[in-house]
Formats: sequence, structure tokens, C-alpha cells
Amino acid sequence: MSGGALDPRTASAFPMAAKAAMSDGQMRKNVRHATEVIQAKRARVVAEMPDWQELREAGKQIRQHTMLYLDVYLEQFEDNCSRAGGVVHWARDAEEARKIVVDLVKASGSRDVIKIKSMTTEEIGLNRALEGAGIQPIETDLAELIIQLGKDQPSHIVVPALHKNRQQIREIFQREMNLLELGEDPQDLADAARKFLREKFLHVKTAVSGANFLIAETGGVCVVESEGNGRMCLTLPETLITIAGIDKVLPRFRDLEVMLQLLPRSATGERMNPYNSIWTGVNASDGPRVFHVVLLDNARTTILADHESRQTLNCIRCAACQNACPVYRQTGGHAYGSVYAGPIGAILTPQLMEMHHAQSLPYASSLCGACYEVCPVKINIPEVLIHLRNKVVRRNTSGFPGMFSPEAVAMKALAAIFRSEKRFRAAQRLGRMAEGPLVRKDGWINWLPGVLGGWTKSRDLQEMPKETFRDWWDKRGKA
Amino acid sequence: MRVSLFITCYNDTLFPSTGKAVVRVLERLGHTVEFPAGQTCCGQMHYNTGYQAEAMPLVERFVAQFREAEAVVVPSSSCVAMMKDHYPKIAAVIGDPVLIAAVDALLPRIFEFSEFLTRCLWLEDVGATYAHRVTYHASCHGLRNLELGDGPLRLLKAVRGIELVPLAGLEQCCGFGGTFAIKNAEVSSAMLEEKTMALLDTRAEVCTACDTSCLMHIQGAMHRQRTGVRTMHLAEILASEGAK
Repeated sequence: MSGGALDPRTASAFPMAAKAAMSDGQMRKNVRHATEVIQAKRARVVAEMPDWQELREAGKQIRQHTMLYLDVYLEQFEDNCSRAGGVVHWARDAEEARKIVVDLVKASGSRDVIKIKSMTTEEIGLNRALEGAGIQPIETDLAELIIQLGKDQPSHIVVPALHKNRQQIREIFQREMNLLELGEDPQDLADAARKFLREKFLHVKTAVSGANFLIAETGGVCVVESEGNGRMCLTLPETLITIAGIDKVLPRFRDLEVMLQLLPRSATGERMNPYNSIWTGVNASDGPRVFHVVLLDNARTTILADHESRQTLNCIRCAACQNACPVYRQTGGHAYGSVYAGPIGAILTPQLMEMHHAQSLPYASSLCGACYEVCPVKINIPEVLIHLRNKVVRRNTSGFPGMFSPEAVAMKALAAIFRSEKRFRAAQRLGRMAEGPLVRKDGWINWLPGVLGGWTKSRDLQEMPKETFRDWWDKRGKA
Repeated sequence: MRVSLFITCYNDTLFPSTGKAVVRVLERLGHTVEFPAGQTCCGQMHYNTGYQAEAMPLVERFVAQFREAEAVVVPSSSCVAMMKDHYPKIAAVIGDPVLIAAVDALLPRIFEFSEFLTRCLWLEDVGATYAHRVTYHASCHGLRNLELGDGPLRLLKAVRGIELVPLAGLEQCCGFGGTFAIKNAEVSSAMLEEKTMALLDTRAEVCTACDTSCLMHIQGAMHRQRTGVRTMHLAEILASEGAK
């Protein structure tokens, strides 16, 4: 499942993609191990916070408020950023954003750009667009570099190469950096990456970054990271281009007090990120001389218009939900066919596609609620999943032939049965008769026809008892 | 107390022993059990699968059947979660002010079975005897939506003769998830495999839970793999009075 770009428009439906992904035993082992390690770290640093629930509530309130006044805060950000010497661009969709960035890089005269890890640039497929224009993007985040060199795709929002283990990473480096003697200690791998990247940091004149937060009050941009490579990209080049979804804005500088406690603890299980960079416009004495911000909509305003799923935009991309999700744990990220995998991907991706694609993703959940429990800004992901399932059903059953799909017919028939006690009793009797031919001598069913066969792939089903509860209750009353 | 039993559609049809056990426990504790005959389904399957319009009349039906109840007891944590988490929203969408008020008034009187014992009657020892090695599976809806906490475990600990063994990965979903088990059968089965391995490690004879739907799922694998491990709803253990 590596290689081809993650595009929800062409991806297989989740059940099929998941089945294919789960045949990779090594990937499953890597995902289980990595998510368990991060979850344990997160649990430790969350447990030491006596006010964690209050912090979550504060985070939710800040994000909720921001979304209600998003227009105000975005314009405030534009004003303040421009005043500080930044140039703000507005991009309606991925295509517009790609064009703006490619043109800006061309104007800077660079033939290559160094990049800070950014899921938003993955979302819009920026690297392919740059390459198409003859510009070489160089990923400087270690995990993104592994993905880029391995011609792979990210499988996790925070740890994009989470599906690879150390041996696999060593092989990629050996091959792509031509380092046949490379050892497999973390130190060896980090040294190889450092040597490879240092040279780029010193020569490349243009950088592209994402943003963790935009601060409306100051016009500042905030990026947090672990390696310091981001700091290099933010300070060494002459031109810096930042791409951020319009959902990334925060009203005030002091809101970082809440967010910078919630984010690192939820994301990497750290009390604080090793590198927290906040910059405002340009400064003649230091750093890039030219600074652009591209504010990306790409269906976010459509999400904002739906008051039931608006909370999707509150996400601060910590990936705690991915680490906690028992479905992601089995399938890894590529099965979601989107750069946003796991529970947040299951609600974000179909909405970014305005429900035209990725319709199987809202169903890629057992609704166990582990995602909601760990979400630092309390996004009720199960609630949004259910809301989106309803949208999928309404879209697909509103006309012919969708209204006659086996599922829609079965659901409507069952609903009709449940609307009447008499019909319910009759259906119970009928069910006992209908299952007859399927029941084996031991009183169990081990094969079911059609879609129900999904159940009997790994599970038996006990035959229906001779007497329902309500029959027993009736007899008891008469006795 | 006059207790109205909502048996749930699948317990009624597939697991009547759960309902009988609930009746036995409640009557043994001196309460009167009623069974409104017009009850059918809470609407959870339709609602969670995306068929909200089909769930609406089932919500109205449930409320009509139980609105006069002193207390409603339900031996299923996911059905109670459906009511507590979604009924107010559904009533608001239907937009009938009478229904909205009725849901509002009814919800505080609805209890999941173990919750009724520990948080309404404030009991732990309900006079049960069950001399077997048992492990408890915390269903996701009981754990996270209803926040049952250690209530079910406290009830089990008070059972005479029981040998209660902890299940590793207690907070991990068994992979049932209603129609998820069929729509995503492969992923569901992989999740179930992890659960059954943890279960077999306990060497328990019986796996119990507050939700028969999870148990049906676990039981399906236990039987397929010929493990001999049985599944029983918590009520069945609490109803047990040992060998007579």
C-alpha cells in the first residue's frame, strides 16, 4: 500500500483497502508497537495534570468560539500579519493554493525548496505540483524525509512514517543516500539524515511550512516540532511560504497557553515540544526577508456551515485519536485513502470531499468512543460519524436505484417491523422458521448468506431460542 | 419500587435468559417488574447506521410506552447510551414540544441494569452465589458513555464463591459496533481476535458484560474456536443462587 498518492477520489472503499492493508503483518506490528508506545507516554503526562479536564474544556471553548467568529479573526490575522511585513494570500481550493505557492517559489528564483512537515501541503498535493513545475521539494522532517525517499505516503498525522520500523528506514537510507555501511542504531540514522539535510539548509533559499496556529491578535504564526529542522527552515532561507487551513487561527496570543499544553501532551506525550517557533511578519535584522501566508479554504467553509459537524474544524492535529483507535491499530493509515487517517480522517476526509467521495470512511468505526475520550479539544467524533452516516444514507437513498439497495430495503423493513408489536412478534416467529435450514445439529449457525456472511467469517451464531422473552412473560402472567 | 423493564429487541428475540435473570434479581430484591407489551426497539441500529428518519418513530414509540414509568431498567448499556446521548437531539429534530418535554422528564429515570443496582438502589450485594472463574468485559458504551466505572465489578465482587479475574486491555473495543461487524467484517474480526486472546489468557470459564451484543460477538468467536468459554450477561450471574 505504498507508492500511489493518497487520493480519496480514487481510493478503494475502506473495507477493501483495510483487508489489503491487514495482509501486511510487518506494518501491523509496527503500527501496534508505535501507537502503544505513544499512548503510554501520553497517558503518563496527562495523568500528571490535575486540571486536564478543565484544559480540554478550555481548548474546546476557544476553538468553538473561534469557529463562530472565524471571519472576524481571519481578517484580523490578515491585517496584523500584513502590517508586520507578511503577504497574505487566500486560496479557495487545493488547485488555487498550489498555483499560488508554485508562482511564489518561481518568483523567488529557487529551483528547490526545503519543507517543514505539513499535512496541509500533503492535503493539496503540493510536492507533485512543485515537481511538475521543475522545482525540487526537500522534506526536512525526519519522518517526512523517510516517506519522500521511500516514495511512500504518510500514514499518521504526527508520525507520518509510523508504519515503518528502524530496519526498513535503514534500508531506505542505504539505498537513497548511497550509504551501504549505515548502521541501524537511531543515532546512526539521525546522523545520516542530519548530514543529508544540513547541506540543504545552508544552500536552499526558499522554505515552505505549514502552521500549527495563526494568531489573529498579533498576526503571528506558530509551529511546534521535535527536531529543530523546522527552526532551520524558518530562519535560514530568504523566502518563507506558509500554508495554513483557515481553521488554524486562534484569537489571542494567550490562547497558546492552553493549546501548547494540550497539543504536545496529546501528540507526542511530551510536556512541551523541544522547538516552539513563533514569528510575526519579517524582521530586517534576522530571518527570511520575504514572508507569505496562504490561507486555504478547500471545503472548510462548507464544513463550517454544517452546525452538527462544525466541531471537526476544532481539530489541532495531535493524532491522539489515531493512536487510541482500535480500527487504526489494525489497519494503519493508508487504508483510509487520505492523508488524514484514523478517526479524525474518517470525519474530515469525506467533508473535505463535500461528501462526494470517501463515503465508506464514516463507517470505518465501531463507535467505541476512544477517540472522543482522548481528544484534547473534546471533538465528539462518534457523534459526527453518525451525522455523516446519515448524510451518506440521505445522498444514496434519495433516488433510484439507491432507495432499493438491499441495505436500505432491509432497514426500512426492520423499521416497519419495529413500529408495531404485532409485526415484531410475527417477525420473531418468521425468523425462527427462516433460520431453520442454516442451523447445524449443535444448534449453531456457521454460514450466513450475502452481506450477513461477513459475520460468519470468524464468528458463529447461536440459533434463536424457542421462546422469546415476551412469550415467556405472557405465559408467566397466565400461570 | 415499580420497575418497567425495557428488554431490548435483541435480548427479547435472541437472549431471553438475560431478561428472565433481570426479573429474578429485581423481584428477589422486593421490587415489582412490569413489561409494557408495546415495546420493540430503541432505534439504535437505525440511528447509528445513518437511518435517522427510520429511528424517529421508534423513539416516539419508546417514549409513549415508558413515559409513565417510575424507573426504566434496560439490560444493555448501548441502548441506554442511545437514549441518553441521542434522544434529546432526535426529539428536537422531530420538533414536537410535548415529545421534547417527555424525553427530558423520562431520561433521568432510565437506568442500565447494573447502574440501577449501584446508583439507584445503592446496592452491591444482591444475594447471588456463583462459584466459577469469571472475567468482566467493559462494553465501550458502558465504559465511556454511561461511565459505569467499577459498578459492575463491585456487584461481581459481592457474589459468593466467584473467582473474578481481570481482563487485560479492558478499555479496548471487542470490534462489534453493530453493523460495523458486517460492513467491516475483516477489521471487526481482527479486533475480536485481540479480545479473545486476552480473554483466553485469563483462563476464565465465563465472560460477562452489561451488553449482550458484545457478548454475542465474543461468544461467536469462542464457539467458532471451540474454546468452551461461555458468555453470560451480568444479570444472569447476579440471578444465580448456586446449586440447589
